[in-house]
Amino acid sequence: MTPLAGYLLVAALLFSIGLAGALTRRNAILVLIGIELMLNAANLNLIAFWRYGPHPEALTGMMFAIFSIAVAAAEAAVGLGLVIQIHRHAKTTDLDQMNRMKG
Amino acid sequence: MSFVFYILAALTIAGGLAAMLLKNTVHCALALTVAFAGLALLFLNLDAQFAGFAQILVYIGAVAILVVFAILLTKGSETPKDGVFSRSWLAGLAIAAAVFAVLSWAVLQSTRVLPHETAVPEVTVREIGVALVGRYVLPLEIVAVLLTAALIGAVIVAMHEKVGHEKEEFQ
Repeated sequence: MTPLAGYLLVAALLFSIGLAGALTRRNAILVLIGIELMLNAANLNLIAFWRYGPHPEALTGMMFAIFSIAVAAAEAAVGLGLVIQIHRHAKTTDLDQMNRMKG
Repeated sequence: MSFVFYILAALTIAGGLAAMLLKNTVHCALALTVAFAGLALLFLNLDAQFAGFAQILVYIGAVAILVVFAILLTKGSETPKDGVFSRSWLAGLAIAAAVFAVLSWAVLQSTRVLPHETAVPEVTVREIGVALVGRYVLPLEIVAVLLTAALIGAVIVAMHEKVGHEKEEFQ
C-alpha cells in the first residue's frame, strides 16, 4: 500500500465517523462537530494529493486546503450562532424534539 | 508507510470516535480537540507546515473554544435521560458504513494508478504568501468578504432581540 492510499483511507474513515455522528447524535452541537470532522477529512485528502501529486510546487492543493479551513471556520461560527438562537427559542438542542418549523 | 503515520492515524481516529461516541458533550469537545491535533500533526507529517499550523490556530485555537462556549451556553453538558443517539441511529450507522465501504473500495482499487512522487516538496511560507497575493488574490479577497459577512451574520443571529420588549415595558 502506498503512503497516499494510507492517508486516503484514514480520511475516508474520519469522514465516515463524522457522517455517522452527524446522522445519529441528538444534540445539534454534536451534529456540527460531525460536519467539522467531515470537512477536516476532506482537507486531509487535499493535502495528501498535494504532497504526492506530480506538481507540488504549483501549490494548488495547499491553497484549496487553506481556503477550505477559512470557509469551515465561517461555517462553524454561523452554525453555533444558530444553535444558540434555537436553544433560546425552543429551550432545547435536541434535534428529535425540533420537528416543526413554525415558531 | 512509516511508524509515525500509524501513531498519528490511530490518534486522529480515536479522537474522532470518542468525539462521536462519548455521552458527556464537554468530553466530546475535548476529544474533538484531540482529533484536530492529530490532523494537524498529519499535515506536518505531509510536509505541509503552513496548513498544519493554520489548522492548529484555526481549529484548536478558535473552533474548539467556540464549540465549548456553545455547549456551556446551551447547557448541553447535561446528559439527556433518553440516550444521546437519535431514534433512527441504525439507519444513520448503515449509511455511514456504506459510504466508508464505497470510499475504501475505490481507494484500494486505484492504488496502482495513484500518483506517488517521493521528492519532498520544498515550499516556503514566503512562496505561499507570494502566491496568496499574486495568483490567488481574488479567492483571498472573496474569503475575506465571506468571513466578515459570516461573523456579522453570526452575531446578528445570536443577538438578543430585546428592543421591542424594552419599548413595551417603558410604556
